[in-house]
Amino acid sequence: MNAIKFLFAAYIATWLIHGFYIGTLMRRFSRARRQFSELEKGK
Amino acid sequence: MKRLFPILSIITAVFLAYALFRALVVAPADALQGEVYRIIYYHVPSAWTAFLLFFINFIASIQYLVRAKASTQNVARWVVIAIGVIGVGATFLPQVQQMLPTGMRPSAVATTVLMIPAFYFLIGWLFPGERLDVLAVTSAEVGVVFCTIVLVTGPIWARPVWGIWWAPGDIRLTSTLVLWLIYVSYLVLRRFSSSAQTQMLAAALAVFGALDVPLVYFSIWFFRTQHPQPVIGGGGSMDPRMLQTLLISWLAFLCFAFLICWSRFRLELLQREVEQAHAMESLVGAGVTAKPSMPLTRSSR
Repeated sequence: MNAIKFLFAAYIATWLIHGFYIGTLMRRFSRARRQFSELEKGK
Repeated sequence: MKRLFPILSIITAVFLAYALFRALVVAPADALQGEVYRIIYYHVPSAWTAFLLFFINFIASIQYLVRAKASTQNVARWVVIAIGVIGVGATFLPQVQQMLPTGMRPSAVATTVLMIPAFYFLIGWLFPGERLDVLAVTSAEVGVVFCTIVLVTGPIWARPVWGIWWAPGDIRLTSTLVLWLIYVSYLVLRRFSSSAQTQMLAAALAVFGALDVPLVYFSIWFFRTQHPQPVIGGGGSMDPRMLQTLLISWLAFLCFAFLICWSRFRLELLQREVEQAHAMESLVGAGVTAKPSMPLTRSSR
């Protein structure tokens, strides 16, 4: 059945969304850490 | 705590892999839909996880709103206890049981009602002070991610089964989209408003937004909709292997959501520390001498 491609599309879409969100979290984390260490150096 | 996160990450990864194996291999194919029904193992657990996170956001927002005054806090405490006691007691009255939709078990309703006082006191105890607001923004953001998955996987499932991507005017679909929009606006408000009242306004919006969750959940019981009727707690039947796989998938996604929430919570704490330190720097630069209310620490790093 051709519908199997929809199954894989749904699974891939799920992990793409999670991956994208985790990516944004990591980017925001590294930015906040950098700002934090700059502030500590400036103290 | 630093060691716990990688350990939990490995356990969650194994759990998710096992859930995927069960979804694709162990669970039998559906007699009507064939293989494509297996989208249920990602679609439904994502929806349940989103509902749970929005519920946590609702409780944290209520706590945040009432904690301003001790008297309000006391009243809220008794109201929550009353909701638990009356709600559970009422579900065992024959008159109330007759009002429940076919297939909905009174014990399931009682358990759901009991979650309100249980979560209220647990969250209040675990997240004192400003951490309530941090929890609220964390649960809303991760809830939006899971709700997005529901809105993406739903149409992908609908296309081969219904022949259409979206059923315009369908109450389940529309109310889910409205729920997503409410929480996206909540996050936009928090991100771009610089008013001192932002946290209060966001908490009030979250309380109203949470009212849409029961509408989404119960819409398939009370309205005619294209969306299938519930197979769990709704009088439907399911192969035991399918049901086990669904519950395992949900548990795996719950663990995953917990880890993401943990990271987002730590990020929010760190961002607030940085913002506070910047504010202190500006004050010192302007010649104002003040002691920081929250000193720079490495606690949230």
